Amino acid sequence: MVDFVTGLRCRECQRAFPAEALHVCDYCFGPLEVAYDYERIAASISRESIAAGPRSIWRYRDLLPVDDATPVDLGAGFTPLVRADRLAAELGLGELWIKDDTANPTGSFKDRVVSVALTKARQLGFKVAACASTGNLANSVAAHAARAGMDSVVLIPHDLETAKVTMTAVYGGTVIAVEGNYDDVNRLCAELTSERPSWAFVNVNVRTYYAEGSKTLAFEIAEQLGWQAPDHVVVPIGSGSQLTKVAKGFAELGRVGLLPEEPAVRVSGAQAEGCSPVATAFLEGSDAIRPVKPKTIAKSLAIGNPADGWYALDVVRRSGGSCATVNDAEIIDAIGLLARTEGIFAETAGGVTIATLCKLAASGAIRPDERVVALVTGHGLKTVEALAGAPGSTPTATIAPTLDAFDAALDDHQTGTQKNEENPR
Amino acid sequence: MSVTVRIPTQLRTLTGGAGEVEVEGSSVGEVLKAVDAAHPGLADRLFDEAGNLRRFVNVFLADEDVRFLDGLATPVTPGQTLSIVPAVAGG
Repeated sequence: MVDFVTGLRCRECQRAFPAEALHVCDYCFGPLEVAYDYERIAASISRESIAAGPRSIWRYRDLLPVDDATPVDLGAGFTPLVRADRLAAELGLGELWIKDDTANPTGSFKDRVVSVALTKARQLGFKVAACASTGNLANSVAAHAARAGMDSVVLIPHDLETAKVTMTAVYGGTVIAVEGNYDDVNRLCAELTSERPSWAFVNVNVRTYYAEGSKTLAFEIAEQLGWQAPDHVVVPIGSGSQLTKVAKGFAELGRVGLLPEEPAVRVSGAQAEGCSPVATAFLEGSDAIRPVKPKTIAKSLAIGNPADGWYALDVVRRSGGSCATVNDAEIIDAIGLLARTEGIFAETAGGVTIATLCKLAASGAIRPDERVVALVTGHGLKTVEALAGAPGSTPTATIAPTLDAFDAALDDHQTGTQKNEENPR
Repeated sequence: MSVTVRIPTQLRTLTGGAGEVEVEGSSVGEVLKAVDAAHPGLADRLFDEAGNLRRFVNVFLADEDVRFLDGLATPVTPGQTLSIVPAVAGG
């Protein structure tokens, strides 16, 4: 196997480490980052070599931190990039695209990172895959572990959405619900990592490799745009890892010659009002990210103490991006708006992204002359509870099985629709 | 009765491999200084030049992040457990 990894490096103090199951610098606790030999990658990779690869994240394997002829793979990645003209018209934008990661095998972008993490974990000799999760990661780890014949141990907050619990437990691994919020679960996992060194905690001791999987979002967007970068991307912020890695992905495309130069992509961050430590720091012009106790329906983003928050903030500022926070009602409206205009059903985190897109378009932070890509990272079926009672969550009418009843119901509905058209909100 | 401090893997080279140490102290800052006195070198790893906790070091008192309490000044009572935990990413 040939990969192009030269080692790991601390993002804080630059100390170097070997490419093993390490995630934090043992000196200053700073997160470790994979270092590559980009000259050798540039000599190996081309648009043609990528086009000849599988229709999954593994077509970019030269830029991933693990090489394996048979990766732990359910087909993550190469999801649709959908031109969103109807949504763009609603928002007064020009060229708008949705990166539809609801189409991943377990319905979220987490399949990208987990496929990379478990492939590396298996190479390192781990037999057990574990994680702390707000739900999407749990689904993906349980599924990929089943695929790889590994045992899984998944820890989740006790109050997760039903679908996310079922979509984890069905794969037959161990699922532990913890009485606490995600940050409590995460702390427990961080401590467990010290006590269970033979387990691969995908977002703890193999996080360094795991996080690299998110770069494939940038690679795909550029390839699907005909090897061009967008001007502006809108990315949800949970831990901040995905946003940071999307920016890294665009930069790498320039570095290895897949784009003529390092593209200038503005990166904007989306957070829910009830959990917005990064957006708040951005809006206050502060460098300090204060941990918060999350209170939002966007549970997959409910990380009050985001480990990569500083780096995400730095990327947003340096790239000329922006941030916004959106409340629960705005999130639900945005889920409906995306579904009505583009036929894509997003989970609450996707609602956060689209609601943020709306706000930044209205404020002028996103301009009509920009080519914009918004990342919709998870499927709406995972969080249907959030829509209970919202418009569009129930049948238009319930009727007796007769033509008269049908006609009456349709008349009522059309009258209602006309009224709405006469009195737009 | 002393305070129990839980030590993560990354710092166990300083504690002779021990995952827990017992020290005395009446605040979070005092307890951490006491651990450093017993196992020299630990403070360098936890604190930056200004004497603040490094930004990727989390300290929990009875499972609560001390940044939600009074930070290093948070009072500690005998019998409590203090955990030192590296920040980790989520999902």
